[in-house]
Amino acid sequence: MTHETAGATAITPSSGDVLLRVDNLVKYFPVKSSKLIQSQHEFVHAVEGVSLEVRRGETLGLVGETGCGKSTLARCVARLYPVTSGKIWFDGQDITKLKPRQMRPLRRDIQMIFQDPYGSLNPRRRVGSIIGDPFSIHHTAKGEDRKKKVQHLMELVGLNPEHFNRFPAEFSGGQRQRIGVARALAFNPKLIICDEPVSALDVSIQAQILNLLSDLQRELGLTYVFIAHDLSVVRHVSNRVAVMYLGKIAEQAPAEEMWNHPRHPYTDALLSAVPLPDPEHANQRERIILAGDVPSPINPPSGCRFHPRCPKARQTCVAEEPELITRLGDDSEHLAACHFPVEDGEDISLSKPAIAEDQRVVESGLIAGA
Amino acid sequence: MTYDIQAVGESQGIAEPTDVVAAVAQKQIEGKSPWVLALRRLRRDRAAMICLGVIILIVACAIGAPIFAELTGHGNMQQFTNTGLTPAGTPIGPNGTFLLGTDDLGRDLLVRIAYGARISLFVGVVATAVTVIGGTVIGLAAGYFGGLVDSILARFMDWLLAVPFLLFAITLFSVAVVHPIFGFIGPGLPIVIIVLGFFGWASIGRLVRGQVLSIKEKEYIEAARALGAGPWRIMFVDILPNLLAPLIVYSTLLIPATIVGEATLSFLGVGVQPPTADWGQMISDASSIFLYGPWWYLLFPSLALLFTTLAFNIFGDGVRDAFDPRGDLYV
Repeated sequence: MTHETAGATAITPSSGDVLLRVDNLVKYFPVKSSKLIQSQHEFVHAVEGVSLEVRRGETLGLVGETGCGKSTLARCVARLYPVTSGKIWFDGQDITKLKPRQMRPLRRDIQMIFQDPYGSLNPRRRVGSIIGDPFSIHHTAKGEDRKKKVQHLMELVGLNPEHFNRFPAEFSGGQRQRIGVARALAFNPKLIICDEPVSALDVSIQAQILNLLSDLQRELGLTYVFIAHDLSVVRHVSNRVAVMYLGKIAEQAPAEEMWNHPRHPYTDALLSAVPLPDPEHANQRERIILAGDVPSPINPPSGCRFHPRCPKARQTCVAEEPELITRLGDDSEHLAACHFPVEDGEDISLSKPAIAEDQRVVESGLIAGA
Repeated sequence: MTYDIQAVGESQGIAEPTDVVAAVAQKQIEGKSPWVLALRRLRRDRAAMICLGVIILIVACAIGAPIFAELTGHGNMQQFTNTGLTPAGTPIGPNGTFLLGTDDLGRDLLVRIAYGARISLFVGVVATAVTVIGGTVIGLAAGYFGGLVDSILARFMDWLLAVPFLLFAITLFSVAVVHPIFGFIGPGLPIVIIVLGFFGWASIGRLVRGQVLSIKEKEYIEAARALGAGPWRIMFVDILPNLLAPLIVYSTLLIPATIVGEATLSFLGVGVQPPTADWGQMISDASSIFLYGPWWYLLFPSLALLFTTLAFNIFGDGVRDAFDPRGDLYV
């Protein structure tokens, strides 16, 4: 943990088109032990040293398995969770340590769309007052004026503005997600964090919401951080994609580049699991099946966090943590954190780890199989 | 900002026909609030409606107690030593003059029962209100803020629930006889309300705290925080409406319990003091002379208490069924 408190204004990383910059972000959650007297705290290492940039007007896809820290990262950026260490720059301003009161005006510019269209709308309140919430919280519009703005937003996301007096229970999943989008759009925010906005919806409705989001982006010049675990969805919407594994970024690249030349074995494995519409093609493809489960984020593995499951693991992977840099002469946009990146055309389902099972450090201090 | 709705899908297809049709549509679009639906369910519950009728009748008796006094010509504290007592000095049974008989001091039982309803209902409603408001605010704070605030408040609630309520009440009463609480609250009605409120809020506080703990993890609370809502707004605008149903259910079931509690205290002589008419006190007085014959003195105040609590309880059950048809609440 590094705390660089001296000279907060010394570094201004924003280079004009960068809207959000996350610098070495760390988030630990304390784990409560069931013991009566807590002598020792354990921590879930949810996000460990993530750095990334989001440029104005683009969509950054964030993918990874459940529990890899992508939602935590998003909530840290939205300042819903306090950050353990690291820095968050938004629009050239360091927002990491802002107090709730100082954060309030910025809330208009950073908005979130949530995963669960059933859980993210208060069931006891009418849709009009849910969408009107931003206006009443920030005291910007009242009465008729607010109603007019709410109805305009409803129209914008394709809802019937006459329905503002209904309750969320009276809408379908897709319509509810539109309500969530309308609420997020109230102040025309600069950044919208979409936390798996379509994973709870039917496939046909997913397409509608994705099209709505991209239409709105074109219309209003929005910037998205788009979290998902469905790779085909991410490919469809993202300009750039970051793959997370156990709280760290494994690989980051422009979407097409990532699909065509995955460098990290984890990315490769994820891509091989994407369902293909053509069954013949799908049968020919070799699926990479990873060994084991995601290790516990309380005691993450040493070195490269992926090494206990990686088909290409060597001794170096256990000992040394790979940096997130360009590999194999890729262009500067394509970063991968792997000592032995996957070459184009290489089939990693054929490779065997060069280290024995008991040499893999699953949890620091513990040897697997010992 | 213009936007083509059709391009987005989920077509709306709302044309604009004549004004009349539009007005009808407008009416239908208004969503039924959960309250309206619950009240509608409650209205269909026959037992609850009958009990509501009984409650209204009792309330009318309490309000109209002076009318009873007027009609019978008997004041509620008036002693009829000649007509209301036998030559031996015992109460006389129901007759044309005293419809429900008299008590051991020759007072009209009917009039006194009507006046007693005032005390019971007043304490029932006021002590319940104190309990519910106090418990809600403290439970909200404990559940929402968590951490140290929660630890202190939750442990205090646990402690309060462990204190033997009656012993404490009797002790407090004895103390108040000698040293009025806060310098001015002596024995009587206020101390009954304070005792019932003080010992009642903890259970509702726990209920609210538990609900808040689960509600505050919902995504819509996170959404409110992401919009910049402060803790007070979240507690009272976002969380409280979700608690109103359990609170209403709990309150209606708490009223009869409070009425019984007040009667208990008065029965033990630490509640409302004579000569004020009170059901608990009347039952207490009657029980000591019951063996000598005046059954009416014990029977009628007991029936009044029974029907009042029964009516409130059945009505409360109806309210619970109406507001919580799925049985999510453990009230």
